[in-house]
Amino acid sequence: MSERPDFSAFPDARGHFGQFGGSFVSETLMGALDELTAMYARLKDDPQFRADFDYDLAHYVGRPSPLYLAERWSKQLGGAKIWLKREDLNHTGAHKVNNTIGQALLAKHMGKPRVIAETGAGQHGVATATVAARLGLTCQVYMGAEDVERQKLNVYRMKLLGAEVIPVTSGSRTLKDAMNEAMRDWVTNVDDTFYIIGTVAGPHPYPQLVRDFQCIIGREAREQSLKQAGQLPDALVACVGGGSNAIGLFHPFLNDEGVAMYGVEAAGDGIETGRHAAPLSAGRPGVLHGNRTYLMEDDNGQIIETHSVSAGLDYPGVGPEHSWLKDIGRVNYVAADDQEALSAFRELTQVEGIMPALESAHALAYARKLAPTMSPDQNIVVNLSGRGDKDILTVAAIDGIEF
Amino acid sequence: MRRIESCFQRLADQKRKALIPFVTAGDPVKEVTVPLMHAMVDAGADIIELGVPFSDPMADGPVIQLACERALAHNTSTRDILDMVKTFRETNADTPVVLMGYLNPVEVMGYEAFAKAAAQAGVDGVLLVDLPPEEALDVKPLMDAQGLDMIFLVAPTTSDARIKLIGQAGSGYLYYVSLKGVTGSATLNVDEVASRVETIRNLAQLPIGVGFGIKDAESAQAVSRVADGVVVGSALVNQIAENKDTPNAINDAVGGILSAMRNAMDQ
Repeated sequence: MSERPDFSAFPDARGHFGQFGGSFVSETLMGALDELTAMYARLKDDPQFRADFDYDLAHYVGRPSPLYLAERWSKQLGGAKIWLKREDLNHTGAHKVNNTIGQALLAKHMGKPRVIAETGAGQHGVATATVAARLGLTCQVYMGAEDVERQKLNVYRMKLLGAEVIPVTSGSRTLKDAMNEAMRDWVTNVDDTFYIIGTVAGPHPYPQLVRDFQCIIGREAREQSLKQAGQLPDALVACVGGGSNAIGLFHPFLNDEGVAMYGVEAAGDGIETGRHAAPLSAGRPGVLHGNRTYLMEDDNGQIIETHSVSAGLDYPGVGPEHSWLKDIGRVNYVAADDQEALSAFRELTQVEGIMPALESAHALAYARKLAPTMSPDQNIVVNLSGRGDKDILTVAAIDGIEF
Repeated sequence: MRRIESCFQRLADQKRKALIPFVTAGDPVKEVTVPLMHAMVDAGADIIELGVPFSDPMADGPVIQLACERALAHNTSTRDILDMVKTFRETNADTPVVLMGYLNPVEVMGYEAFAKAAAQAGVDGVLLVDLPPEEALDVKPLMDAQGLDMIFLVAPTTSDARIKLIGQAGSGYLYYVSLKGVTGSATLNVDEVASRVETIRNLAQLPIGVGFGIKDAESAQAVSRVADGVVVGSALVNQIAENKDTPNAINDAVGGILSAMRNAMDQ
């Protein structure tokens, strides 16, 4: 790369990151997106809005989240020191809530009494139902029928929180179909409904505003690194499905030239098998869910089904900013398969007493390979984006245990 | 003169309105589509909107979602659909054909390659529901160069400023989506449509087709009193779904509905 772009200047006014991003939606939604873009432009630097957001992050979410040195694991791997950004300690157990707090505040400002969301593993659904309960908003969550079956605990959590979970039976009955159905709901109820998208994908301005809300992760990690390690990290590692936890960690470091970044996609059964969820590693640019980005598609432009042991990474697209960061070479995108993620899940649990979400375990699996290639005076920050309690049944099933 | 423009001009001279059926190409099998196109013309269709199936039809209700699934079950591709139009053109030189669908199955071909192949096959226009004019700046000149009209949607939520922009960006006709929602949802409100169409007429020069919520001869007639064209989709695709195991019955089932609409509109 000859010259670094000014990362803060992206996306442009029409929501583009180079050739990626944009607003590819039907005309009915254009007005609502314009309204949201204008409202966000007005509020994002508004001192009161920022104060409200910061207050909720501190007192409701429990921020800042710790940056924890995994000393025993680092020694065992014999290389760089590994620091874990503990998003798993947030209220509701993952980074998702940083974003739902922000979008719920926007919904309140726009006077929308109803919120909808899509969810895969259920973490974003739970985080949306949580803020909806707190603000007294009606909440409906679209979830693939397949995922409703796989993630019964989170479905019940959402119901307890007062949300209605609507199983989606069209298409592949997973996250992408839940997003289609949420879009259909929004187009029908656009007057009174705010769509809380859970990741840095979707039409402009969502990739931008979700990124901005998640950047608290990287801002804290940067400050904590300087204070606790006495220097900036040498490498950042985060898992990438849609990519909201990764962009949240990466973005505040993009101008720090010495910081290498690794986004870890889900290789499922292995990239070579075709059964994976790694569009940046093995896909090509196309248009889905309102933005141009790398996609898993066939030669006819049809979206193909994905596979990952982690429901939260089981998505055929990725946030458009990641596509751009890949093409300009600022971030390295790699992949970890189901087996690697599962063994990292077990290892962290046994060595550090921290049970990671299977999504985050993909990042740990790559850090596990990276650390031994680096020296003990170097530092890696891994985003531990969520806790693993929700995945216990999945892991137990793999171990052949029934309850 | 392009086929769509001359079609609307001829209809205006005759003081008639355009009947514009939509069916998904390759639904339920590829062999059905070309004969069905001819049958629709015989039943009174003026322009045909041919749906290009997509795995993730976000703007469509269950009826057209299922049509996409049926067509994709045997891999109906954009190239297959261009072949269908080519075959249709062998015996029909006049009826405009518009491809309607989502961006990705077109983008994957490359826009220039698509535009050339579509024009060669005898396609007259494209309507890509997830491509608003702001995102079409690069695509439009390529379509224009091949004589293809780009048809854009106008929605109940579209501001006056946007209607002007869309009117300038598009050609052929404007497609007014009569209600907030997906295809095949509620029944439209004719008074509301009439007042919106009037607004659009004052802001844009193109003929106005109205779609979404037109289910029968009565609603087709009511809309034809205020708009230049009547688009009917889900009501026809329903007939295809009901006869999917007896494809020979499809032409009559679809043709029957269209004839009734044609008669009502011409009264």
